[in-house]
Amino acid sequence: MQKEILKVTDLKQHFPIKGGIFGRTINHVKAVDGVSFTVYEGETVSIVGESGCGKSTTGRAILRLDEPTSGEVEFDGIDLLSLNKKEMRKKRKDLQVIFQDPYASLNPRQTVGEILQEAMSIQNTVPKEKQHERIVELLETVGLGAHQMDRYPHEFSGGQRQRIGIARALAVEPQLIICDEAVSALDVSIQAQVINLLKKLQKEYKLTYLFISHDLGVVRHISDRIIVMYLGKIVEIADKKSLFTNPQHPYTKSLLSAIPSIHPEKRRERIILTGDVPSPIDPPQGCRFHTRCPFATERCTREVPELRNVVTDNGHQAACHYVEDIEAGIMQPVR
Amino acid sequence: MANESQNFDNILEIKELQTSFFTEDVEIKAVDGVTFDLPKGKTVGIVGESGSGKSITSLSILRLIDRPGKIVGGEIIFKGENLLDKSNEEMRKIRGNQISMIFQEPMTSLNPTYTIGQQIGEAYKIHEGLNKAEARKKSIDMLKLVGIPSPEKRIDQYPHELSGGMRQRVMIAIALACNPDLLIADEPTTALDVTIQAQILELIKELQEKLDMSVLLITHDLGVVAETCDYVAVMYCGKIVEYTDVKTLFSNPQHPYTVGLINSLPSHEEDIEGDLPIIKGMVPNPTNLPSGCRFAPRCPYATELCNTLPELVTDDNNHQTRCWIYTDEWNGSTEVKTYAERNS
Amino acid sequence: MFVFIIRRILQTIPVFLGVTIIVFSLMHLIPGDPAQIMAGESAPAEQVENIRERLGLNDPYPVQYWNYLSNVLQGDLGNSIRSGRDVTTEIGHRFWITVELAFYSIVLSVFLGLIAGIVSAVKQYSFRDVTLMLIALFGLSMPNFWLGLMLIQWFAIGLDVPSWIPFIDNTAWFKPSGWGSFQQIVLPVITLGTGGAAIIARMTRSSMLEVIDQDYIRTARAKGAKERVVIYRHALKNALIPVVTVVGLQFGGLLGGAVLTETVFAINGMGKLVIDAIQARDFPLVQGTVLVASLLFVLVNLIVDITYRYLNKRIDFN
Repeated sequence: MQKEILKVTDLKQHFPIKGGIFGRTINHVKAVDGVSFTVYEGETVSIVGESGCGKSTTGRAILRLDEPTSGEVEFDGIDLLSLNKKEMRKKRKDLQVIFQDPYASLNPRQTVGEILQEAMSIQNTVPKEKQHERIVELLETVGLGAHQMDRYPHEFSGGQRQRIGIARALAVEPQLIICDEAVSALDVSIQAQVINLLKKLQKEYKLTYLFISHDLGVVRHISDRIIVMYLGKIVEIADKKSLFTNPQHPYTKSLLSAIPSIHPEKRRERIILTGDVPSPIDPPQGCRFHTRCPFATERCTREVPELRNVVTDNGHQAACHYVEDIEAGIMQPVR
Repeated sequence: MANESQNFDNILEIKELQTSFFTEDVEIKAVDGVTFDLPKGKTVGIVGESGSGKSITSLSILRLIDRPGKIVGGEIIFKGENLLDKSNEEMRKIRGNQISMIFQEPMTSLNPTYTIGQQIGEAYKIHEGLNKAEARKKSIDMLKLVGIPSPEKRIDQYPHELSGGMRQRVMIAIALACNPDLLIADEPTTALDVTIQAQILELIKELQEKLDMSVLLITHDLGVVAETCDYVAVMYCGKIVEYTDVKTLFSNPQHPYTVGLINSLPSHEEDIEGDLPIIKGMVPNPTNLPSGCRFAPRCPYATELCNTLPELVTDDNNHQTRCWIYTDEWNGSTEVKTYAERNS
Repeated sequence: MFVFIIRRILQTIPVFLGVTIIVFSLMHLIPGDPAQIMAGESAPAEQVENIRERLGLNDPYPVQYWNYLSNVLQGDLGNSIRSGRDVTTEIGHRFWITVELAFYSIVLSVFLGLIAGIVSAVKQYSFRDVTLMLIALFGLSMPNFWLGLMLIQWFAIGLDVPSWIPFIDNTAWFKPSGWGSFQQIVLPVITLGTGGAAIIARMTRSSMLEVIDQDYIRTARAKGAKERVVIYRHALKNALIPVVTVVGLQFGGLLGGAVLTETVFAINGMGKLVIDAIQARDFPLVQGTVLVASLLFVLVNLIVDITYRYLNKRIDFN
């Protein structure tokens, strides 16, 4: 059995909404509402879902960029939520994050060299006299040159900036990197380069990735296992192959079928969902997907489906009452 | 208009269009001699990465280029007449009436201080001179047409009260209000989630048939192109590098850039072992473009010949490619690894 | 919206209390003994003590404040030391003079500022834009008492009305002092309004420039809207949102400016009243005027906030 590096248990992130005459908290945005999963050392786990599903919020809650409302986040055997500020800051050395917009996360007044040096100094990972050498090494690792060390972020293209972001994350020799839509803003040809880089680094440094993305093509290429989220809850977890070839939850099925394909004739039949994602302020009772699900029954409006094993032996889990019935064709879409 | 009843094979013909941006001392040729036709009733896609000039091409058609940009040459023939010869006032009457446009960001493309109804109704007031009540009635019909539930209620809401998908539907309602002949959709679904994207693309397709429109679709997403377009122009650094029907583009791409682009796209439908095939390097700085083929510095097949700019070459099946490989002068390698070959 | 207005009105209560505390404390921070001043410098000690007792100056501070507050809430601002009359009566019609002056000035500022700002923004970097912004810079840098004096020099004293213009039998265009007639109003309003006009012009310009680049402006153009409609209907309404806030803040400066302007033009408004009261150490009168001015400021900002909320639909009313 592989080593568990990250274990998230019943994580909740409810953001208060203020209102009324006295500005009291009148409700909560239930952005993440009871999410549990495990990430093993050296693997890439992706969280996919559409906007508002809580995938980014989950990442931020794990890093404690926003304090989660409740739940447990165990990293390398330590409960992150029990750490005080100082301890957490130290722990961040092992947990790094790469954001979608590298430009916004790089200080425009620092050169690339300074950015990397600062990262190292904060965590004290490299002795001062070795820092320069290490910076050069890092830049070369991510496909930039030592001569670019004295340049400012605005002098780089989007793809290069993302490489700087990656170099900064690597500077502290982390164990886990959370990639929050890290390649989403990049053009296809550049995106491929960065994905290859991430895969190469994973091998070289034995990194674990928690890869948050809405792009299922990228996710299929990079992940070992995939978590599908909808409206703050996990609807399906499976290894890559099982998820893409044999999706079980009706939401995952429609999500996969909705992706435009460059071979439309080969694509499975499209299931177009009606309506929008409901508001996470008052999410639907029972199964959260029931308002859009083509198979929903009265039971779905009452009972919250638990995440359970649906395909034997390989850990494929889905949260739907009717997985088997739908699979067997007993249940037909009603809309 | 004299030509109103005339029938055209091509609703739009763009010839040698050139649009440049003038900064302090350099001219940036954002669109550099773009030529293509849009057959009536069809959907033509322009696909390319950022900086390819695809959006500038679309804005040029409506002459919505702001300073420091300027259309410096070429012709835009719409229903037999050159739009570049029109006066500003004539052009204004075409916008939103005969040619409409929808944009990438439904979040920011609607005016936050006016209701949905006011914004759709404005199109009717401008082009059909309708009064408030008539415009409102027609706006409600339009909202119904684009599939917005309870339009009588929605019409008095403000944009921020609607979801992204709903806002894009409103944008479509505004664009189609006056029943245009041509719809230009600039990355209409890029900002939307994939299940919503599927809804919107389906809607555009459906309305195109219903209203007998031609569509020019600007996108960076090859999947969207494959699913919605009849013909495709691939742009790179201000020039069209390949133009063909959509089937041929994906079954037999010719230009090394197109091939590279298709190959480097991670697929959700199949596993790719090992590294993704990449296009090396990056898009050149627009102020300092290569003098020959714009793609030469990144092209795996480039030779001496590529230091001269190739022309668009048309083969027997009207497949146009701007690459020396498809000319008689070519003497280098002819092995362009296509997508099909990769999979065989 | 209704909930917002109620909430916003409730929020003014602590502000009001804060203002009264500060105004009340003013009396005790300013050097000099009010009782002594009232009694006259050579008055015997027991007479001063008498007055002190009568005014409640011997009570502990909180008690004094409480008495003060309950009086204020009943509309009793005390009596002027100098004249012995009610402070409310003293302020009386002078309050309206100042409000009038401030109102006309704000109207002038907004009118000139908006026009200059829009015209500049529409043709950014043009000759017009540069000229207007240069003028705005002048307006901003000029102290208004100086501008007032210059205006008096030119238009009330220096420049005579040419004799061939009928119906005006005065020797000068405008009058250098007083309040009431058109000829008296013009110069002080210009004096007081110029600075605000300059600030609003600059704010409108930058706000318009930002808005003009927005996607929805492109949408409006793509719809075929006339350029005039694009600017005045689509751009201006959005550009006004930050300008409204500036107008509100402007009002505070305006009240300060009114003190100077009223002094320069010898207008019998609240500004002049407060100056006179300070010179005479007439504490209850100073307190009263400052309190009224502060409340006016709070009220104007309440209106501004509600307008802002009305313009800015994006803020959720809940």
